[in-house]
Amino acid sequence: MSKAAGRLFFACVALFLALPVIVVAGVALNAKKTLAFPPQGLSADWYLSVLTDPAWRSALTNSVMVALAASTISVAIALPLSWFLWRRVAPWARLVQMIGFSPFVLPPVITALGALSFWATTGFYGQVWTVVISHGIFFVSLPLVTITLGFATIDREIIEAGMTMGADDKTLMKTVIFPLIRPFVISGFAFAFVLSLNEYIVAYMTVGFTLETIPIKVFNALRYGYTPTMAAVSVFFVLIAVLVFGTVARFGDLPKLMGAWSKGE
Amino acid sequence: MSGLQLIDITKRYGAVTAVDGISLDVDDGTFVCLLGPSGCGKTTLLRMIAGLEDPTAGEIRLQGDRINETPAHKRNLGMVFQSLALFPHLSIGENISYPLRIRGTNRADCEARVRELLDMVQLPGVENRAITQLSGGQRQRVAIARALAVSPQLFLLDEPLSALDAKLREAMQVELRQLQQRLGITTIVVTHDQREAMSMSDQIVVMSNGKVEQMATPIEAYKRPASPFVADFLGQANLIRVRGSEAGAAFSGGHIPGLALPDSGQALVSIRPEDIIVTADESGPVKAGIVFIREMGSTIEIHLDAGNERIIALAPPKSHCDLRVGSSVSLTLPPEACVVFGADGAS
Amino acid sequence: MRRSPPQRLADYLPIAFPAGMLGLFFVIPFGIMVAISVFKRVQGGFYEPSFTLANYARFLTPFFGEVLSFSLGLAALVSALCLLIGVPFTYMLTRLGRRAQVFWLIALLGVLSLSEVIIGFAWSTLLSRTAGLSNLFVWLGLMEKPEAWAPGLGAVLTGLVYQAFPYTVLVLYPAFSRLDPSLMEAARTLGCSPRRAFLNVVLPVMRKTLLATFIIVFIFALGAYLLPQILGRPQHWTLSVLVTDQAIYQSNMPFAAAMAVFLVIASLLLVGLSVLISGRKGIGEQ
Repeated sequence: MSKAAGRLFFACVALFLALPVIVVAGVALNAKKTLAFPPQGLSADWYLSVLTDPAWRSALTNSVMVALAASTISVAIALPLSWFLWRRVAPWARLVQMIGFSPFVLPPVITALGALSFWATTGFYGQVWTVVISHGIFFVSLPLVTITLGFATIDREIIEAGMTMGADDKTLMKTVIFPLIRPFVISGFAFAFVLSLNEYIVAYMTVGFTLETIPIKVFNALRYGYTPTMAAVSVFFVLIAVLVFGTVARFGDLPKLMGAWSKGE
Repeated sequence: MSGLQLIDITKRYGAVTAVDGISLDVDDGTFVCLLGPSGCGKTTLLRMIAGLEDPTAGEIRLQGDRINETPAHKRNLGMVFQSLALFPHLSIGENISYPLRIRGTNRADCEARVRELLDMVQLPGVENRAITQLSGGQRQRVAIARALAVSPQLFLLDEPLSALDAKLREAMQVELRQLQQRLGITTIVVTHDQREAMSMSDQIVVMSNGKVEQMATPIEAYKRPASPFVADFLGQANLIRVRGSEAGAAFSGGHIPGLALPDSGQALVSIRPEDIIVTADESGPVKAGIVFIREMGSTIEIHLDAGNERIIALAPPKSHCDLRVGSSVSLTLPPEACVVFGADGAS
Repeated sequence: MRRSPPQRLADYLPIAFPAGMLGLFFVIPFGIMVAISVFKRVQGGFYEPSFTLANYARFLTPFFGEVLSFSLGLAALVSALCLLIGVPFTYMLTRLGRRAQVFWLIALLGVLSLSEVIIGFAWSTLLSRTAGLSNLFVWLGLMEKPEAWAPGLGAVLTGLVYQAFPYTVLVLYPAFSRLDPSLMEAARTLGCSPRRAFLNVVLPVMRKTLLATFIIVFIFALGAYLLPQILGRPQHWTLSVLVTDQAIYQSNMPFAAAMAVFLVIASLLLVGLSVLISGRKGIGEQ
């Protein structure tokens, strides 16, 4: 394929990926309180209302709080698990790892339904913290993948070199292993955070009637009353994702975190 | 009792025996090479000395004390790995000072020591650079500096020069040897390159199949190999099967006059290519035809068929300009240059 | 620090918390869901403990059969389309310079994080009569008057492909990154044009990865619960939509649970198949 054809192909894909984002961004600029594209009259009001409208602001706060807490739980589960699998010979632990991958591999509806049944049965249905736990479990796979990958990139000889230089297990963990793992932990956290912000069905099925996160509010808005605010919110969330991953890329080696060899290999 | 002692060390992995009852003494301050082909157990042996593997049986003693139970991080050694294993997340200075910092040395002393070590390996001023900014040979020196940072009592290296190109490797061999002599540190190097072992060591330990074939000085091992394996592994050797005759030792190409053979009358004889005398006429005791000539610059390598045996001889460059492939020549194999092994390969 | 089996009780500590959390909050909920699938439905949105296979029996209705075959067919089609575009795309992506790759990775991750709601909303706008792309085409003179392309099967397909595409690329990325460039080079020196080399050398080498990716994206597409609703008509509803519908709007938890169990078994079988095919020991241990 010639270079020009290749560039054209990439441009088409870029256009395809960007179109919805452009639409949504444009809709949010509409002066009137309707969803029209191309926008009729431009106004930045809707972008501002995300922060000024109390309903949206509280939904934003809810989403961020839930996402922060849930990602922390995801990492808290994934890190010791990956560590154990790397440090010890324990074939049975693979089973736990597979269970860790399952929620994300299975259709989200399943996890959502499972969460719903569980919380309903245990009587905690609707409590705010239930979505934190369910999201934490749902997104375990992401840090699990990145941290497992991270451990796999640690050359055993590096550990042995540390040993020959006088480092005991604790020192090795502190000075060698953790610094090498850290970027993978952060990227796993970032993934879980961003996906939790945008996650709809699990949130809806667990706390949909008691807590409004942004995706829930957007979906409700779709059904019951449009305002371009929801479009503005969506744009914000895309920007947050780009910002988060951009930061990860800035301080780490993003291709390597996604599975490529590192620079110069 | 000083130095390192290995007493009947064995390492088994399931049904596979990697190291089979090896006993060795390494004197303080000597430079020893563990030499052998891949899979002979030399790296396993080194790792057991380092404490990275546990022997299945046997004892390791350092300065008279048994260290089998001492974990690697307490053995006060410095090791250079084949992959160098430099910490990717630390700068060069941080890598070198690592063993000092984890022992609580203060910053000023660390920095001074790093400068001292970098000078010693002839890489001054690179403390703050990242590892990726250095070439292979430079990283090699950083690894060496790091291993020596705490002035350990044992310096272990696992195929340290295998990743370097030929010219750099030769230069590093000299440097490594000079460094070791200056510091007087007991050094054990694992290598499969016999020229490297010959050029650097006080003692060579030739290994094969988990056992020691010979431990001797390089020249001793070269001139008086203990087995055909050693003869063949160190440099080139012609291995010829002979049987007794009135003229001495005889084989299909001729005979070696005056060579004493064991009682059985059968033997395996080893002779180095440079010791064989090639004459353009038919006067020598062995008749041969030239099948291949290689001009190596400093010598000429001549491959000959003598009877059923393929023999390789080395000759000075200007001496035989009239020799061609297909010429008939005669060879003399001086008996004093021959090493005789029993028919089964034993000395 | 050497790799060895755990010896003391304390050695098991690191895995205690993960195992406990996953067991309590994933395995048990899952078990409860399986239990509910055999309960009896009670009017008014509840269910009572019992053991009945009535919910599973509904699988045998023609209606369910249609939904099932539609869901499977749609998921397969989406996966195939994603691979068709994604494979050459990912291959070319991994041959680009580092900076370009970082740019694209960030873009793909950004799109990946868009929730199904937003994607549905955006595409329903893009494909609508009043505000959509058809207006652009009319303006360009390619069409006579604007049309509504949503709701419809094409709209559902477009939305699903859009959602699954970044996922496809990110799953293919490690394998294509690590692909030995000398393979293509060798093929080129042997006389293949780049296109032929790609088809005859790269693709066969990547066969296992491609198959495994197909299955992964298939399961991903199977899980779409909003897009078929937003972009399609009721005849386009997939199994996941039905599960959501039954669970929330029809208040028929047992039936929803039964369908969910079915989906899980199907997904696990497919995942098992993909692991077998690619022969991997685990993600990240290539």
